[in-house]
Amino acid sequence: MREMRYLEAMREGLFEEMRRDPSIIVIGEDVRHSLRGLTKGIISEFGPARIYDTPISEAAFTGLATGAALAGMRPVVEYQINALLFVAFDQLVDQAQKLRYMMGGQGTIPVTYVITASGARRALAGQHSDHLYPLMLHMGMKTVMPTTVEDAKGLFKAAIREDDPVMVFSPAALLATKGPVPDGDYITPLGRARVAREGTDLTIVAVGPLVPEALAAAETLAAEGISAEVIDPRSLLPLDTGTLLGSARKTGRVVLFDDSNRTCGFAAELAALFADQAWEALRAPVRRITRADVPVPFSGPLESYVLPSRERLLDACRACRAGVRA
Amino acid sequence: MGELTQDQFVGFYRTMRTIRRFEQRVVELVNRNDIPGAAHEYVGEEAVATGVCHALRPDDVITSTHRGHGHILAKGGDPRRMMAELMGKSTGYNRGRGGSMHIADLELGIFGANGIVGAGAPIACGAAMAAKLKGRDGVAVSFFGDGATNQGVLLEALNLAAIWKLPVVFVCENNGYAISASIREMSPLQRLADRAPAFGMPGDSVDGMDVLAVHEGASRVVARARAGGGPSFLECLTYRFVGHFTAEKALGIKYRSDEEIEEWRQRDPLVTYPAWLRERGICDPARVDAEVEAVLEEAVAFARQSPLPAPEEALDGMYATTYPGLPARGW
Ligand SMILES: Cc1ncc(C[n+]2csc(CCOP(=O)(O)OP(=O)(O)O)c2C)c(N)n1
Ligand SMILES: [Mg+2]
Repeated sequence: MREMRYLEAMREGLFEEMRRDPSIIVIGEDVRHSLRGLTKGIISEFGPARIYDTPISEAAFTGLATGAALAGMRPVVEYQINALLFVAFDQLVDQAQKLRYMMGGQGTIPVTYVITASGARRALAGQHSDHLYPLMLHMGMKTVMPTTVEDAKGLFKAAIREDDPVMVFSPAALLATKGPVPDGDYITPLGRARVAREGTDLTIVAVGPLVPEALAAAETLAAEGISAEVIDPRSLLPLDTGTLLGSARKTGRVVLFDDSNRTCGFAAELAALFADQAWEALRAPVRRITRADVPVPFSGPLESYVLPSRERLLDACRACRAGVRA
Repeated sequence: MGELTQDQFVGFYRTMRTIRRFEQRVVELVNRNDIPGAAHEYVGEEAVATGVCHALRPDDVITSTHRGHGHILAKGGDPRRMMAELMGKSTGYNRGRGGSMHIADLELGIFGANGIVGAGAPIACGAAMAAKLKGRDGVAVSFFGDGATNQGVLLEALNLAAIWKLPVVFVCENNGYAISASIREMSPLQRLADRAPAFGMPGDSVDGMDVLAVHEGASRVVARARAGGGPSFLECLTYRFVGHFTAEKALGIKYRSDEEIEEWRQRDPLVTYPAWLRERGICDPARVDAEVEAVLEEAVAFARQSPLPAPEEALDGMYATTYPGLPARGW
């Protein structure tokens, strides 16, 4: 085990995969100088044939990755911000994600998309703060959001090895966090949730940057005599419904802590899952703490008001435990 | 490029005739509801796909459009599996998931027709990049219409190909219209090929009703791409003799004059080219016609006899690597 930062672990994972598999190429804006550091030093080790700084043409370089993948390459595409998914959306979901199916199962499209610094980064306003994973899930794209340093490397490596398009959201709030990383080659398989903390009274399902918040809340709740279990789905599609439902059946109470908008958000999907498949075990209505359905505003008080917060989570957990509506 | 052989001259005709008759059979089958939905016919434009694809090798890649049957046939697509796909049969190229607008055969380098205007252009760039990175001299052709030249992604793709010197040929099939919209109203340029120099690549305009002219123009730019000279833009001036798609008649719209259509029909490559072959004593086109009829007859019979897919197959094949519960069941 070694201690390292989230982003360093991702970078190490990328380099290991590139050493292992010469078909991996990296495509994105400013990737040679690497604004966030994910690809720092790549050119000196791998040379210019494996890393491409693109013009500001998200649709085209997304499509380019699809074509290269169909022709045998394994591209890793970096987007600087979530909003670029909107710009590239046709190429992402209508092409990369749909083509294999629409071609009757011909070919594979092993592209990894990574948003290094996803979600709200504070004071960046509505076009630089989105967290768009529900859109990708809605369109059937495999999607992961690592929250620990170990998973940052393990899930990124798994995504790169996957023979389908996979979107990796790396929450901005977690990039500098430190944690242990196993030695040697390992991956974190897709489709397995992580129980971040065990508990018996209620289940908190927390997504991405909200996992540390949920763990802190669980600590507070413990002091109040409430034992909260915290689940980090980490792989949002495929989703480990077994672990989620198992926890709900054990505790009978579920609070969802989601970093997406409320309407048709990830939490809405999870709420439906629990209602469908854990109804008999539920002792209280499933509660959702989400973003508000407005663009993230710039000014501090406004921004904090619309983002999911630990305080609102705590209130929801207490109310859920007490069996009253918050 | 060298002299064309007798076989090549005949081959051009066989391909053009196959496309024409394929499309005519498709219309009959659509009208009889044997083919569900609608299809975009390539009637009138046969010389373009034929001239371009005959300048390619089997390992070269094409990306096609909503009007793709001609490209696919010209690149060697199997009419039986195409017809089966059009009828939604399980033996179709896409096992019934795609239909007319999405036929693909990766083994033949056909990276798909595409229902989104302009969307194939960056995909062709990616295929070209892969060929280059693997040290092969493969070329990719992106087919698109005049209408697509106003799509952002296509313009982005032109630039990408140019800055990275990708072995791509951008073939613009300028048939004058995007559905009802005349290109005269949608671009101020007389020649769409004039856009190419602004992207730092050569742009050429050829007579898209003349298969020999298209073949010559395409051979030149394909050779250039293959030799590492980078991308080119080849505008082929052509015309569709029929509506935008099989359902156009029912819409009752009129955006071009009968005279205009008639003028272009005078230049029908399926009339002029076989006449030229006969004149030159190269072959008797009627013999080729008979062969083509037999092939298409068999394709239609194959498609008709093929089974429809089992409904549950709808959930297969979305992912190369599958997981329990993906796609979600019990919807
Ligand atoms: C991006 C996009 N916009 C609109 C449409 C609807 N549409 C389908 S074909 C077409 C016209 C395309 O014209 P052109 O590129 O000239 O090709 P042609 O049909 O003439 O072969 C349009 C507008 C679409 N499929 N995709
Ligand atoms: Mg057109």
